[in-house]
Amino acid sequence: MHGEAFYAKVKASRRGTTLRYRSAFDIIGPAMVGPSSSHTAGPNRVGQIVRQLAGAMPTQVQVSFFNSFAETYLGHRTDRAVVGGLLGLRTDDPRNRDALALASAAGMNVLIATGTLDGVHPNCMRVEVRGSCDPVDALAISIGGGRIEIIEIDGYSVRLSGEYPTLVLRHIDRIGVVQTLGSILARAGVNVSHMEIDRRYRGGEAIAVVELDQTVAPAVLDDLRRTLPLLNVKQLEAV
Amino acid sequence: MFTSMRELLELAAALELPISEVMLRREVEETGRAREEILERMRGHLATMEAAAREGLDQAERSASGLSGGDAKRLADYAATHQALLGPQGDRAVSLALAVSETNARMGRIVATPTAGSAGILPGVLFSLREQRSLEVDDLCRGALTAAAIGLVIANSASIAGASGGCQAEVGSAVAMAAGAAVEVAGGGPEQISHAVALALQNVLGLICDPVAGLVEVPCVVRNGVHAAMALAVADMALAGIESVIPADEVIATMRGIGNAMPRQWKETALGGLAITPTALRVRDRLRDEGARPAGETPGGS
Repeated sequence: MHGEAFYAKVKASRRGTTLRYRSAFDIIGPAMVGPSSSHTAGPNRVGQIVRQLAGAMPTQVQVSFFNSFAETYLGHRTDRAVVGGLLGLRTDDPRNRDALALASAAGMNVLIATGTLDGVHPNCMRVEVRGSCDPVDALAISIGGGRIEIIEIDGYSVRLSGEYPTLVLRHIDRIGVVQTLGSILARAGVNVSHMEIDRRYRGGEAIAVVELDQTVAPAVLDDLRRTLPLLNVKQLEAV
Repeated sequence: MFTSMRELLELAAALELPISEVMLRREVEETGRAREEILERMRGHLATMEAAAREGLDQAERSASGLSGGDAKRLADYAATHQALLGPQGDRAVSLALAVSETNARMGRIVATPTAGSAGILPGVLFSLREQRSLEVDDLCRGALTAAAIGLVIANSASIAGASGGCQAEVGSAVAMAAGAAVEVAGGGPEQISHAVALALQNVLGLICDPVAGLVEVPCVVRNGVHAAMALAVADMALAGIESVIPADEVIATMRGIGNAMPRQWKETALGGLAITPTALRVRDRLRDEGARPAGETPGGS
């Protein structure tokens, strides 16, 4: 294929119409400890998100690296980076270097596994945590330059970038949940930048991942708990 | 939002603004943050880049693997005492780029520009130009914003990750960004910046990502140094009025097409290229023995 046809095809193969990279600091940044933005900084951010989803430091951790990650995680210190994130260390914290020793000292048992997973991005990892925290099973991809996407939480299909303050609601699938949520956030002056919902089955347990332009005040979270059929709601900070 | 170099040039022309200012205004719109807050954050990143370069030049210590470290200082010392072939300016850019990449390999603090594996190129170019032209930090911010605009176009229409598009995507993006930044701080206009981007990317097409033992060291550190020099070369060409026959957006699309067609063993898996040379395999086995911990297989599956 040559000329115009080739370029038309390339243009058509662009993923959707939403842009994955939006800010100058998606390109100039993050500030981080090396050696790899996709294999060190990105996985650290996944760890930070899972830590927030878990609500406390987990004592049992299994990290599975797939595809490119499986081949190169040792060299890129990807294991230390994820564990550093689970310990609450930011991407530019030099203590990420010693994260495995810090985890051991803190009573966090870490198991690393490798494997292959077809049909997903080459840089893919699963983080499963439990013990003294809420159990979390998250599948994440690292798409380049430190940007990541959590694509699955506890089997629900989602998209969570960690770039924004984010609400993660576990609720019962009912008519009007999204509208009520939207109204409460709107009254609080909070704008939704991206939202994903998924459910186990019609009328069953469901998840909403809501990325926001502003942080939600505790009173608004209480309002959500009172008004919606919620199992729980968590607010995650941008990482 | 601009999604192509063409759109970026049209915006700059319509607003009669340099690309850095288009980027800054776009950032204000996108994030709702004040100009000064954005500039302050960029100045912070520049300070981190500078510290990373200084650390790399000061330290002769090798990385944990022993594969890199000390070459930035070696080149700087040589350039100070010899008639360096590339000239003092070129050698300064190369040694600064090596320095940042060596700091990165030691798990030191750097700024991904656009990635950690390519983090040496932009600071190498910007800080060498600051010394040459007595630039102020605001000039460096303009350069970094121009680089960001170029990087956004490439990231959204192709890729900036070695695992997705090979090294052409990673170092390629960085050299295009740095070349554009150099043109901007040297006083060139948006059209010249676009030509610099096209010229830079054409010369990295097909470059594979084949890190020895999966480490961001060989060939990555030296590759950062070399491409800092290349960024200056294409920036000079663009400033001299040399134009790319193939427009930047078509080169970016080509890079994407090549990246899609590239086999996975050349995309940061350490399963091809230099990574499977006899020497590289010996290095890999040695490091596995030294750092060995059990890494069992898991069935995978979602």
